[in-house]
Amino acid sequence: MDDELAISVRGLRKVYGDNVAVAGVDLDVRRGEVFALLGPNGAGKTTTVEILEGYRRRDAGEVTVLGADPAQPDAGWRSRVGIVLQGTGEFDELTVAEVIRHFSGFYPDADDPAKVIERVGLADKAKARTHTLSGGQKRRLDVALGIIGRPELLFLDEPTTGFDPEARREFWELIRDLAAAGTTIVLTTHYLDEAEALADRVGVIAGGRLVEVAAPNRLGNRQEALATVSWRTPDGTLESAQSATPTAFVTDLAARYGGEIPGLTVTRPTLEDVYLTMIGHAR
Amino acid sequence: MTTTTKPATPVTATRGRRPGAGALALRQGRLEITQFLRSRESVVFTMGFPIIMILIFASIFDGTIGGGVKFTQYFITGMIATGLMTVSFQNLGIWIPIERDRGVLKRYRGTPMPKWVWFAGKVIMVVAIGIAETALLLAVAVALFDLDLPGTAAKWFTFGWVAVLGVTACTLCGIAISSLARTARSGSAVVTPVALVLQFISGVFFVFTDLPTWMQQVAALFPLKWMCQGLRSVFLPESFGAQEPGGSFELGRVAVVLALWCVIGVVLCLTTFRWTTKRDG
Repeated sequence: MDDELAISVRGLRKVYGDNVAVAGVDLDVRRGEVFALLGPNGAGKTTTVEILEGYRRRDAGEVTVLGADPAQPDAGWRSRVGIVLQGTGEFDELTVAEVIRHFSGFYPDADDPAKVIERVGLADKAKARTHTLSGGQKRRLDVALGIIGRPELLFLDEPTTGFDPEARREFWELIRDLAAAGTTIVLTTHYLDEAEALADRVGVIAGGRLVEVAAPNRLGNRQEALATVSWRTPDGTLESAQSATPTAFVTDLAARYGGEIPGLTVTRPTLEDVYLTMIGHAR
Repeated sequence: MTTTTKPATPVTATRGRRPGAGALALRQGRLEITQFLRSRESVVFTMGFPIIMILIFASIFDGTIGGGVKFTQYFITGMIATGLMTVSFQNLGIWIPIERDRGVLKRYRGTPMPKWVWFAGKVIMVVAIGIAETALLLAVAVALFDLDLPGTAAKWFTFGWVAVLGVTACTLCGIAISSLARTARSGSAVVTPVALVLQFISGVFFVFTDLPTWMQQVAALFPLKWMCQGLRSVFLPESFGAQEPGGSFELGRVAVVLALWCVIGVVLCLTTFRWTTKRDG
């Protein structure tokens, strides 16, 4: 096992009845990296992550997480892994502070509960019963429980579902802080901007397969993709052309028009375009 | 954001501030008790039910059952046994599916908490609430209906071991039956009919020997009948043993049957307990 790797997966398969949920995934996540698994619902994101978290058994493949096989999780391994599940497990009758304090007792090197509450932005809700929290606040509580044990590796399964834009930005800051402190982070999301904003590398998963793994700006060879230049001709019709050298193309065009080019736009495929193409191919 | 690796601090056993195993179990028990007491439904239905029943029964049947022994002496045994079964079997059989469905159990499994600590927390809760509820029941019966408490240490001892064995068996069966419920809401649908039928056939609401023989024989397969019978030996005069189906209170058999149910309960728990719901794979 390479010490630089937090996660190493080879040939991972998981089948439910006739449904192949994960069909041979290979994946490496380096220590300290923020890795996003991006994919549509039912692509196999959660199944993959829950196998890595030690919740589900795999049918085939080799998996090493922090140097151990997650299929046999022991307490030492558990204390190094933080988990934010997709669903929010609620403790209706308890307050935010009570739940976080209680969970801190399970870890050998837990963080200060008050500090964690502050960090996830629940300070003014510390004494509130968890059932009075909004969806976004419950999610923050989930995150607090995921990081209370000061994990080396943090899994986040669709962490910002139900967040308003501001809460999402705050959450991203928190993830960046954790990453800066050396925490390895694996998150699943179906928000492209989230993957782009947070991840060092993105793995696109579709139909149980990892379609591509790359830095967000390199996904689908986005950088090398042809640019689309479009403009309006004097009679008002929209023209467009694909070009590998859009600057030269626009310079020529400007010369032709003797100055301003009416309705000029130059675009490259967005992450969304690339992503939709990728998951489209996988289907 | 950084891609450079920074080895996280290795976790060693020596620097742990984590409470020891016993302390972890006590914390878990305290948390469970807090959750129970803050849940109005739990307090009203689990703790209140036997007390409401004794108020009704003792008010309706205020006569004697012969030999100058008050009816209350008979009914209190059924109410104590029912109360113990409610706090263990029904309480766990209804709440564990809810916690499983909400993902509370899954969340615990994702922490380094040893599995047994969670079970210990439930047991501590059941024992604490069971003691409180039984004490309350006895206090109400003594204050309002002139219940005579057991007069000898031997009877208190019998009271103790019957209660402990009975609660243990019911706790284990409650944990085991919780895995039958597929959703949060089906827990009470699974457990309530079982509990209700057992109460009717085990001599909680009627004098046991007044029931049809076949019913008595069915009841004898389950723990509640034996809990009631053991408790009757505590609250009724020795001479009443002759009226039992076996001609005596059969304390030896009470112990054997309850112990057997403990074994069955353990086996069922170990083989069927699920931390996650079916749809969680």
